[in-house]
Amino acid sequence: MQWRDLGELYLTFFRIGGLTFGGGLTMLPMFKHELVLKKNWVSEDELLDCYAIGQCTPGVIAVNTATFVGYKRAGVAGGIASTLGMISPSLALITLIASFFQALVENVWFQHAMTGIKGVVCALMLNTVITLARKSLVNLVCVAVCAAALVSALFTPVPTIAIVVLAGLFGAAAELWRRRAGRGGHKV
Amino acid sequence: MIFLRLFWEFFKIGLFAVGGGPATLPFLMDLAGKYDWYTLEDLADMVAVAESTPGPIGVNMATYAGFRAAGIPGGLAATLALVLPSVVIMILIAKFLGNFSENAMVKAVFSGVRPAVTALIATAIWGLFKVVLVTEEGKVAMGPLLLCVAVFVLMQIKPLKKLHPAVWMLAAAAVGMVFRL
Repeated sequence: MQWRDLGELYLTFFRIGGLTFGGGLTMLPMFKHELVLKKNWVSEDELLDCYAIGQCTPGVIAVNTATFVGYKRAGVAGGIASTLGMISPSLALITLIASFFQALVENVWFQHAMTGIKGVVCALMLNTVITLARKSLVNLVCVAVCAAALVSALFTPVPTIAIVVLAGLFGAAAELWRRRAGRGGHKV
Repeated sequence: MIFLRLFWEFFKIGLFAVGGGPATLPFLMDLAGKYDWYTLEDLADMVAVAESTPGPIGVNMATYAGFRAAGIPGGLAATLALVLPSVVIMILIAKFLGNFSENAMVKAVFSGVRPAVTALIATAIWGLFKVVLVTEEGKVAMGPLLLCVAVFVLMQIKPLKKLHPAVWMLAAAAVGMVFRL
């Protein structure tokens, strides 16, 4: 492994992080363009696998993908270099914006603009939840888990982490129960 | 010490926020209640900025929240803490579990986690709605509400679906200034 490889990993993911808006699935085309078509580091199938893993592991999906591809290319150092490249543009840009924001917030026109923007953010968020619900609520058990989590989050002091962990344990228990019942199949 | 606190809190977020950027929102909301790093109103601003700036939303949110709490070192601490669990977990998976996402047990765990995360994100967004769409006097903020409904409806129309979120935000900024929302 060479410094040049690490530098290339860092710069490639820096470019992806700095040029892509959104995150998660909206970043997939950019990943494909840079990693599959331009660099030929991974095949398209490998990239999709990587995304699948990134979605069922904790953390930001784009970062998970960066670590995974970087590790495959150049070991642990490669994984770290790719991740640092991925987060560097955010660190720089957000810090810059956040420092200006403090000064701008006193300006009345800026306040009007932000009020409008926040209205749109609500619409975007609503869209996100609906997309998520469509993807995750595929059967009655899922709906029940979702309802239980919703009630816990809204009306009880159960911590957010506990809800995530309990839901995971429930999924595992349901699978074990299904195996014991001998009905087979891996779909919940 | 605030940097250790930031690091610990965002490390936990990195470890338990399954499903990418939006999944960090419920945790960030908890932090707004737990510390005086930022308020819920600030969080609404932060979401707006994180969505309209390049880079993964979860990373953007962490940098912003950390910056609000403790300046540039704070942003650095929060962001590094957020990605640390990812780096460790992904390297372990890449090394030892070739077919991780095909594993039946992994699938089972996440079939439970996924609907719960949807609920958590919905709850967090409900909290944001209350901040943005209700005024301090407890009345409905008509301007943002109308904008929200209008954009939501427009976004369901096929050719407008693919429109970049930043386009909607720019338009909303203009509407906000023209009508002095």
